[in-house]
Amino acid sequence: MERFYTLVFIAGIGCFAIAFLLSMIFPWMSLESYHGMEYQTLAQLARQPSKEFVQLSEQFPESFREHYGDVNSESYAKALARGRDVYVGQACWHCHSQYVRVVSNEHVRWGPPSSAQEYQNALNQPHLWGTRRVGPDLAREGGKKTNDWHIAHFINPKSVVPHSVMPPYPFYFDERGVPDADGIALVTYLQWLGTVQAGIPVAERVTP
Amino acid sequence: MSATQASAPTGESLVNYRLIKAHLFAAGVALSISMIAGFLYALQFVGYYPLGHDNWMLTPGHMRLVHTNMAAYGWLVNGFTAMLYYVVPRLTGKQVLSDRLGQLIFWTWQLILALSIVGYLTDKAQAIEWGETPTGFRPGTWEMNYVPVDLLVVIGAVLVIVQFMVPIYRAREQKFYVTLWYFTAGLVWLALTYLMGNIMPEWMLPGAAGAATTGLFIHDLVGLYVTPMGWGLMYFFVPLILKKPIWSHSLSVIGFWALAFFYPLGGVHHFLISPIPDYVEFGAITTTIAIEVVVTTVVVNFFMTLRGRWSALRSSLAIRWFYVGAVYYFITCLQCAFQVTWMFQKVIHFTDWVVGHAHLIMFGVFTFWLFGVIEWLWPRVCRREWYSQSLRAWHFWLWSVGVLIMFLDLMIAGLVHGYMQRDLNDWSDILRMSEPFWWVRAFSGAMTLAGLFCQLFNMYMTAKVGAAYEEDRHYVPANAD
Repeated sequence: MERFYTLVFIAGIGCFAIAFLLSMIFPWMSLESYHGMEYQTLAQLARQPSKEFVQLSEQFPESFREHYGDVNSESYAKALARGRDVYVGQACWHCHSQYVRVVSNEHVRWGPPSSAQEYQNALNQPHLWGTRRVGPDLAREGGKKTNDWHIAHFINPKSVVPHSVMPPYPFYFDERGVPDADGIALVTYLQWLGTVQAGIPVAERVTP
Repeated sequence: MSATQASAPTGESLVNYRLIKAHLFAAGVALSISMIAGFLYALQFVGYYPLGHDNWMLTPGHMRLVHTNMAAYGWLVNGFTAMLYYVVPRLTGKQVLSDRLGQLIFWTWQLILALSIVGYLTDKAQAIEWGETPTGFRPGTWEMNYVPVDLLVVIGAVLVIVQFMVPIYRAREQKFYVTLWYFTAGLVWLALTYLMGNIMPEWMLPGAAGAATTGLFIHDLVGLYVTPMGWGLMYFFVPLILKKPIWSHSLSVIGFWALAFFYPLGGVHHFLISPIPDYVEFGAITTTIAIEVVVTTVVVNFFMTLRGRWSALRSSLAIRWFYVGAVYYFITCLQCAFQVTWMFQKVIHFTDWVVGHAHLIMFGVFTFWLFGVIEWLWPRVCRREWYSQSLRAWHFWLWSVGVLIMFLDLMIAGLVHGYMQRDLNDWSDILRMSEPFWWVRAFSGAMTLAGLFCQLFNMYMTAKVGAAYEEDRHYVPANAD
């Protein structure tokens, strides 16, 4: 049994292949083929700009026009993709999870439990579920708080959540609180989270 | 062939100590960077982040990326590669493929590490936990935004595999010792795991199916690269230092094949109670519990080997690192068998419990085993004896106690967090509850950091002014008890 070829082909490749089949190909097949889930591209996701995106364009017209031009599905797609890039680049997802489980009263705190379909899109490739919640889950964040809340929170989290341990991100905003391209993108992305789900996210019943 | 035969002095001439020294040096630097970054990140949690928040590159989030990835790709890969340069030639009786290739491997990996750090600090990380090495492309597209470090990692891994698989292949007619089973399979798994984890979720599988893959990736990187290297080195060094064969050959056969079969099946347990189909989760839970049985057989085998030589724990610091690591390994895996169930997952997932678990396995087990290897290798590399005995002792105790404090502290913090979350406590109250635990975590991190600096200083002084090397001092005498 412990010969070179057995080790390479049975232990090395064989055992890996079994696991690959059972824990990757099977879930993939049952999710995509069996449940017939549709993949949504970025353009499909961004077809209808969110009202928060429109508000950003009205509130910060100069910065918005400089970086994103007019409000339309292209500029919305651009902001969403860039917002996700910043979110990944700054490792936000290592302290904020993005999935609501059906246990531990998470549906009460954050909203409807996550379903597989809502992750079947370009902004979840790769997914950003995370494995740690230092801060709250963000899967149902969109629309819960105003743009102003998010901007104040990014500039100084303690100004709105006194016991927050989140680091401030003041460099995405100028001294008057006007967001730059990354700041607009980040707020747009956060306000998008959870809006794929058919139901409108329920308001958080527990204060943040 | 038993390990005692393999330790015949003829094997020494096949070993390239210059490459070992280079990799150990790089491993020490990487571990320092990783731990300093981790310590800075821990300070953010208690409100004293020393680098300030005005710079978009030196943010705490980036420190976390540096911390976890330097621990894996800097410290463990360099450390294990140094160990392979010593063990593989001695077990196969063949030199590694080429010393020039060795230099290429060394510089490729250090380039990967440097480019990764720059990538993390400039927002180029990939969204795959523990595989954040930049892809160099905008997510899901072929639009380049950075050096494709992932590709370099694949090249580096393939070079490592060629370097060590060739001597193993050349020795294929011999009967392989158990260490070589682990190394042969582990090197094959390394390449497959990295390719799967970094390519499939990024370009092929979105959402939940991708999550199953990244769960499998995190898991396989630990289980199919780090664990085989770790147990491989344990099976080699413990009998070598004790001058005594391993207790049971049958148990080592069971341990190896059960690891090969069960371990990779558990990957999805990183995302339980999630949109991944339940039957996949149940499979992962069952096999993870099965692994606990396997682990018990291996740990029993090692403790039976030590029977009659308990004094080795006093006389050989390497043996002490190995066995304290083995105890921590058993604790971690016992914890696995419980925490993988839905009953525990409800409470402990997303909390500090998981962080404590990860620290115990990476810093408490595999790092301990590598320190044991360094205890053995560094005097050989330098041809000098250790400079300071008390620094060695400080290093050991600061780590053993520090890691244990961190583990217990985070485990308790995680449980309380989990219950508070379930009971719908205000999120701010959870943070206020956690703060004292985070202070203890930062303190225990400082302890291990201090221990590391003791060791690095000792290594430096050993290389410079250590006494002349004596081969016999490093074995444990047979009649010690």
